[in-house]
Amino acid sequence: MAYSNKVLDHYENPRNVGSFDKEDVSVGTGMVGAPACGDVMKLQIKVNDEGIIEDAKFKTYGCGSAIASSSLLTEWVKGKSLTEASLIKNTDIAEELALPPVKIHCSVLAEDAISAAIDDYKKKRK
Amino acid sequence: MSAIIKDKKNNLSVPIYLDYSSTTPVDERVAAKMAECLTKEGVFGNPASRSHSYGWDSEKLIDEARQNVANLINADKREIIWTSGATESDNLAIKGAAHFYKDRGNHLITLSTEHKAVLDTMRHLESEGFDVTYLDPQDNGLVNIEELKNAITDQTILISIMHVNNEIGVIQDLETIGKLCRENKIIFHVDAAQSPGKVKMDVDKFNVDLLALSAHKAYGPKGIGALYVRRKPRVRLEAQMHGGGHERGFRSGTLPTHQIVGMGEAFRLADIEMEEDNKRIKKLRDKLWNGFKDMEEVYLNGDLNQRIPGNLNVSFNFIEGESLIMAVKDMAVSSGSACTSASLEPSYVLRALGRDDELAHSSIRLTIGKYTTEEEIDYAIKLISESVTKLRELSPLWEMYKDGIDLKSVKWSAH
Repeated sequence: MAYSNKVLDHYENPRNVGSFDKEDVSVGTGMVGAPACGDVMKLQIKVNDEGIIEDAKFKTYGCGSAIASSSLLTEWVKGKSLTEASLIKNTDIAEELALPPVKIHCSVLAEDAISAAIDDYKKKRK
Repeated sequence: MSAIIKDKKNNLSVPIYLDYSSTTPVDERVAAKMAECLTKEGVFGNPASRSHSYGWDSEKLIDEARQNVANLINADKREIIWTSGATESDNLAIKGAAHFYKDRGNHLITLSTEHKAVLDTMRHLESEGFDVTYLDPQDNGLVNIEELKNAITDQTILISIMHVNNEIGVIQDLETIGKLCRENKIIFHVDAAQSPGKVKMDVDKFNVDLLALSAHKAYGPKGIGALYVRRKPRVRLEAQMHGGGHERGFRSGTLPTHQIVGMGEAFRLADIEMEEDNKRIKKLRDKLWNGFKDMEEVYLNGDLNQRIPGNLNVSFNFIEGESLIMAVKDMAVSSGSACTSASLEPSYVLRALGRDDELAHSSIRLTIGKYTTEEEIDYAIKLISESVTKLRELSPLWEMYKDGIDLKSVKWSAH
């Protein structure tokens, strides 16, 4: 499979790999996918009192496109408000990384991951 | 060869080729013989031409090649039919026998871990009204003989079991299976595409009736193969390819002299050099396995002992196979079998062994051949160990495993 240079760059030098304490009330965690399907993404966001995503971290089990999609996502969400972050669409990710059609599901998973992380954060704040 | 770069530091050509079960380069000695059968100075004649020496010379070379192929499997040269490869041989054997013997019964038995050339042919026969039993192997990849016995009915006309599995390299006990077939008067077909030069084949000892062979897995050219068809007791087939009646009517079409000469020479060399090559290859294989088997959560797929020397099929838990293949891009290896690696499905062979989907997803096949060097193995060990460590640092599953979470207890959101 021929990957774009952007996918290769994120795969070789993934940004923001790691974990935050998921019990921390300023942290929202989204874990999506299933091992049996070959993809699991964990995305965590750290949100400040103004509702801005200060930091983001990820870990991904999956193919190169899945790793690149989540790495790119952590770059994009930093500095955004929760509302802005929730507007990121899978098509934006697929376009930026020039994902081939068989890998579109990786970008869908990334979109699911950010919305799951936002939901988790909001639930904790209630 | 722009994709092959010389790594100066390690004095190696990368990517390192560790995919010998997919195909092999043609041995230089084989290529030299083939080159003598192409141009106007060479033996280019049509072997079916009976009226001049061009044809006779060609026929003579083909006869020698037929003898070389027969020698390697302990057959008579009159039992060898040339085909385009093992896929065609499997098709001719299974469809040909099923159609010829359909009045005797309509039931066939095979293994769920066979090559697609057998499985797809069986599926086709099902669409024609035949009844096929697909047995799952034991978790080491080997046939459960009791289950095979129990699957036989008075309608069973053919059993097809491969000799060496292409993905996991396990060697089936053909002697026992062949005996069972003979006792029950069932035709025994064997896909032996992966055997030549790796493990001894003896059609008499194993009571094999039909045997599919390929040249390109044993340092011969692609596009040529053979089907062994037993003469005593005679096995009959309905031809699939009609035309000039070549190969005693079993398979029409002008014989490609250069290809056949290549296969014959490759098999002659395999017969002579197999033992020495295997000793060296096994040493390298064991070194490779010892190089990373002590890492956590590493699983060998298929039996270690009942296995060809050059094969390692390994699952690295909590890492997805395609990302691992990307990480080890300086090595040419395969994830699942090359024929299916365009799809996102995990290997059906590993699934049939009862491996979890996760482990089936995280497998790679490393196959060593006669041109593999010790330096290449050292490099491969280093690359694999570093890549596995790097990808596990990226893996949320590895993190959960390290935190003591049982992944089976997690409710995943399937997508």
